[in-house]
Amino acid sequence: MKPSLAGWTFAAPALVVIALFFFLPVIAALALSVTDFDIYALADIGNLRFVAFDNYIGLLQNPLFWKTLGNTLCFVVVGVPLSIAVSLGAAVLLHSKLGRFKGFFRTAFFAPVVTTVVAVAVIWRYLFHTRYGLVNWGLSLVGIDAIDWLGDPHWAMPTIILFAVWKNFGYNMIIFLAGLQSIPEDLYEAARIDGAGLWKQFRHVTLPMLGPVLLLVGILTMSGYFQLFAEPYVMTQGGPLESTKSVLYLMYEEGFKWWNLGNASAVAFLLFVLMTVVTSGLLWFARRKGAE
Amino acid sequence: MGYEGEIVAQLLPEFERLNPGIHVDLQQMPVLSAHEKLLTAYAGNSLPDVTPIGNTWIPEFASLNALEPLDDEIAATPGFDVDDFYPNVWDSGVIDGKAYAVPWYVETRLPFYRVDLLHEAGIDKPPTNWGEWRTAMAAVKRKVGSKRYAILLPLNEFEPLLNLAIHDPLLRDGGRYGNFRSAGFKRTLAFYKEIFDNDWAPKVANTAISNVWDEFGNGYYTFYINGPWNIAEFKKRLPASLSNSWMTMPLPGPDGPGASVAGGTSFVVFRTSRHKAAAWKLIAWLSTPAVQARFHGLTGDLPPRRSPWNIPRLANDPYARAYRIQLERAVPTPKVPEWERIATEMRLVGEQVANDRMSVDEAAAELDRRADRILEKRRWMLDQKPATGAQP
Repeated sequence: MKPSLAGWTFAAPALVVIALFFFLPVIAALALSVTDFDIYALADIGNLRFVAFDNYIGLLQNPLFWKTLGNTLCFVVVGVPLSIAVSLGAAVLLHSKLGRFKGFFRTAFFAPVVTTVVAVAVIWRYLFHTRYGLVNWGLSLVGIDAIDWLGDPHWAMPTIILFAVWKNFGYNMIIFLAGLQSIPEDLYEAARIDGAGLWKQFRHVTLPMLGPVLLLVGILTMSGYFQLFAEPYVMTQGGPLESTKSVLYLMYEEGFKWWNLGNASAVAFLLFVLMTVVTSGLLWFARRKGAE
Repeated sequence: MGYEGEIVAQLLPEFERLNPGIHVDLQQMPVLSAHEKLLTAYAGNSLPDVTPIGNTWIPEFASLNALEPLDDEIAATPGFDVDDFYPNVWDSGVIDGKAYAVPWYVETRLPFYRVDLLHEAGIDKPPTNWGEWRTAMAAVKRKVGSKRYAILLPLNEFEPLLNLAIHDPLLRDGGRYGNFRSAGFKRTLAFYKEIFDNDWAPKVANTAISNVWDEFGNGYYTFYINGPWNIAEFKKRLPASLSNSWMTMPLPGPDGPGASVAGGTSFVVFRTSRHKAAAWKLIAWLSTPAVQARFHGLTGDLPPRRSPWNIPRLANDPYARAYRIQLERAVPTPKVPEWERIATEMRLVGEQVANDRMSVDEAAAELDRRADRILEKRRWMLDQKPATGAQP
């Protein structure tokens, strides 16, 4: 048996599964996105029309699509760096030799990741309630007027970002913690002997050594945050004034609420293209920096 | 579906006893996911025999050709008196002259109001038209000050605006185009805007009201437009000291008593069913006045027929009286499958208007634009097969 044939044989089961459960649906969705598949087409396939790129053109002309794209980008641009910074900060603190009760804090910080988003959202809605919420009560003690966290179009997205960061930072924290533990101690020792302070040690030892981990976390977090859906779905239903409606939310409404599957597939592909471009950009940037 | 699905389980053993040989296999569904589940079941060819569905879904499932017309069974069933049903409620299930659905229970929306607060504001009679309502809301607002309001119209619900607007046709040309630039709708939208402009209603979504019953009790708002299920909720949840301080009233209209949306839930038999005769027997039994009266006793849901309303429990209920009056004036929503989506767009545009992001004229034009876009496929469908009449 030729080695290449053996290789293909061993890879075949995985390839078949990928083809069946990834490429086939993607191709089907691509085909859907150039039709106007909807509830009428479900009744009788004769009602299906081929519309070429009309779905895409329609979307690009739809102010709501741009609005949701803006919301999503805002969520990604603010949320991802914030989330990574918080995760890294928490990981560094937990890794510090001065830390106490590490096991407790590690569990406490990780706990939000494993709780269900719906249950947590209910609690957050109470915390951020305009008139009865704990947050506004705390603010009122220091003389700040009540903020309508989830009802004001300017505040709703920041609140969602805060919620998402709090909910998710524990996961990246664990990855960072593993990365930190793999940095050899003698590097820090050498840095200290060279007279580097804490900040310089962090900047010139910790960060470069974490480079690949940072890249991985960056890509994972970014692709996750582009798919913003559950948080606004349970907290605000996309409101107020559609200020928290994300691209994925738009897709959900088009597809599963209104059954315009053609249109929904087009949304999905636009988001897919966008995510591919951004992730490739990040990889290209990292490669140039030599992190890979 | 939902709560009714749990309650109906108590009635079914009697039906099975009366009809040996028929075994009812009850499957309960949460209301919020029922629509998706039924559509998925349709696509997967695994629909049940009979299901109560929301009245607004009937045109959609009829256009899918998923529903069995029931006219023959209705005619063949002695004692099944169509004229006993509220005409517009019955009409919700009639598409192109064929009856596809039998109403199970009805709902429409009308204001719950605080008698005491209205009295304190100097109004002793509930308003019957928009002019009086305006006066009442302004008086209440003057009385309660800036922290409280006259009315609650949650911005994330389409029902309040829809109920105010339903007295005018919202679509035109047989549901081909939106009719939102009509004088009637603009008048409604202007009234809606006026309520927010004058701060009579808070610009909030219902998610910002943690508990509508408590807030009603607190006097955060005096009027609250909602459905009949809230009669039982208010009775249960308001403190005893307030038990005489609230009432229901028919919905005021622009120039007198107003129309409202004939909502509710109706039974349908799916075309794919293999037990249609048994399914019809179940519907007919659940629709008898006696069973409807019992069902009302168990759930508080309002019967769609007039005769069960004469039982003392309903006839003597002062809170139900307004609904009894209102139901005679209730009208169905436009019978196009796209309606829920158009209603949602109406809510979104209404939210823009309430927040002063759009004028009434801009909003009306925008709504027509959106409705016409949504109805594009329907127009194409209607042009394709003008003669068959299979489509609603």
